[in-house]
Amino acid sequence: MMQEKYLSRNFDIPNAHTLEVFEANGGYQAMRKAFKMDGETIIEEVKTSNLRGRGGAGFPCGIKWSFLPKESDLPKYLVINADEGEPGTFKDRYLMELDPHRHIEGCIIAAWALGIRYGYIFVRGELQHAIRRLEGAIKEAYAKGYLGENILGTGFDFDLYVHPGAGAYICGEETGLIEALEGKSGQPRMKPPFPAVVGAFQAPTIVNNVETISSIPWIIEKGGEWFASMGVEKNGGPKLYGVSGPVVRPGVYEAPSGVTVRELLEDYAGGMLPGHELKAFIPGGSSCAVMTPDKLDSEMGFETMREAGSSMGTACITFMDTDTCMVRLAARLAHFYHHESCGQCTPCREGSGWVAKVLDEIEAGRGRMEDLDLLLDMCGNIEGNTICALGDSIAIPVRSYVQVFREEFEQHIKEGCCSFPAWSKRRKGSSEAA
Amino acid sequence: MAVEFSEKADAEFKELVSRYPNTLAAMLPVLHLAQREFGWISVEVMDYVAERLDVHPTKVLNAATFYTMYNKTPVGKCHVQVCTTLSCAIRGGYELIEHLEEKLGVKLGETRDDGAYTLSEAECLASCGTAPMFQVSYSDGEIEYFENLDDEARVNQVIEQLNTRLASLPDPRKMH
Ligand SMILES: Cc1cc2nc3c(=O)[nH]c(=O)nc-3n(C[C@H](O)[C@H](O)[C@H](O)COP(=O)(O)O)c2cc1C
Ligand code: SF4
Ligand code: FES
Repeated sequence: MMQEKYLSRNFDIPNAHTLEVFEANGGYQAMRKAFKMDGETIIEEVKTSNLRGRGGAGFPCGIKWSFLPKESDLPKYLVINADEGEPGTFKDRYLMELDPHRHIEGCIIAAWALGIRYGYIFVRGELQHAIRRLEGAIKEAYAKGYLGENILGTGFDFDLYVHPGAGAYICGEETGLIEALEGKSGQPRMKPPFPAVVGAFQAPTIVNNVETISSIPWIIEKGGEWFASMGVEKNGGPKLYGVSGPVVRPGVYEAPSGVTVRELLEDYAGGMLPGHELKAFIPGGSSCAVMTPDKLDSEMGFETMREAGSSMGTACITFMDTDTCMVRLAARLAHFYHHESCGQCTPCREGSGWVAKVLDEIEAGRGRMEDLDLLLDMCGNIEGNTICALGDSIAIPVRSYVQVFREEFEQHIKEGCCSFPAWSKRRKGSSEAA
Repeated sequence: MAVEFSEKADAEFKELVSRYPNTLAAMLPVLHLAQREFGWISVEVMDYVAERLDVHPTKVLNAATFYTMYNKTPVGKCHVQVCTTLSCAIRGGYELIEHLEEKLGVKLGETRDDGAYTLSEAECLASCGTAPMFQVSYSDGEIEYFENLDDEARVNQVIEQLNTRLASLPDPRKMH
């Protein structure tokens, strides 16, 4: 279980967020190496690495990069998605707070490879500590000549800034992110055109997740083949996993792609807290379908999780115990999505509200049996009928809670009440981290 | 008090605008700056931001209303926001709210009469591995996360810390 660490190597080194300590530990060497490679070679290396986007959708990073036009009349942009808002997800924060220079190094390499002039790291506004760490690191990098004009005498110019979000989950969607960067409300755009063609300020733009870009220096330093070997088919690399819920050691852990859910729960997180029995889990944020303990041996990979009936999403797993009411949880999540809907599409805006309402009624013991099929119908009407994937993010989990835990829903209806302990009466014991 | 950036804020404003290809793009950071300066985002503040960015006031109104971090009415000196979305719901976020209501003397969704505290529910704050937790937005623009709050003694300690800080915080209602 004790793997060599890459993405999290600096997490335990005091002051690794400073340039001095980062460089003393080998930092900014990958950037120097990249400056001796041409863009095409770097893109090929990233393709070979099988690095999949770490923001949730898992799009192959090298392929995305190859979509960016080589020539452009407008300056090209790199926008880092650090909006980290998918419920259950808390990994990018560590990369920004504890190892900001590695992220900046990744941005510089990406910009060099792709001929990008300006970069913005879009950090959700609540993460003030991460914002300050990044801004401090950017300042240091400018002072050293790693950012700005004619970087290290290469003739390459690249400016990098932090852009603070202001509290809207939908800005995590890449075109909502771009709208918010441009100073507007974060309402997603119709695609196509994709950001690689028409993105920020009408210019070709690459949007990547924080962890995706923080992985780039390792690919340059150790090679695409090496990165691919740290994983399973089509899923390359070491990767960060989050574990939360009633477990002994919740937290962020690094493991190769393809690690199983059971390994993460038992070996890394120390298992469920004493007195708590595992009932269900979601593998990568609240937009994923819920899974049951018989799926614990599923491998964390985009294809393997899909075959197991859910999706890997952000790879931050939330575990739930037998005291957790699935109706109430589904209702709570439906309220989240209703609250976060940007309101452009009727099925998402109205549908999320209706779904939340029906779930509330069932939880309160006022549901009817036909409500269950009604819920499934409503999910079907939302899914695939919206501008962005937030619509699917309501439909997919809600449908899964109804289908996988149908008996529990029926029990609420038959008994006219919820028999689980109230949210506010759940605590049994604390974990080691506390 | 007139709505106008202090000299220091004005310098920051100019630096922020220089980061973008147009002034509209500076909207979000400038609204954060304005909230830090003026305590909350009133119509008057929106008009001032529109004038400074040289954009139509409806653009500022759009942004100010779309994003939850901008307060369109004044909140307390300490805005305590408790996450109750997923892992926090499971690990005691709601229990934390009940405890805070009692200890801070304020109901969920309300501001205490003396303007010290506002207590609200928040959506996932990317702190699920250290659930339950809350975030405090102070009226001087600072934000602090308090995590692993499943120990009552620790919560009480944090409240002590907040109570001490109150004296040095401006009252948003009186900031402009
Ligand atoms: C509603 C919604 C919210 C999203 N939130 C995030 C987020 O917080 N962080 C993120 O990196 N990607 C998020 N995404 C995915 C982005 O749209 C996009 O796929 C990603 O930033 C691409 O980067 P990657 O290829 O490096 O993963 C979200 C997508 C949707 C539909
Ligand atoms: S699906 Fe929902 S969040 Fe996405 S664009 Fe439509 S209304 Fe907005
Ligand atoms: S669920 Fe509370 S911080 Fe994520």
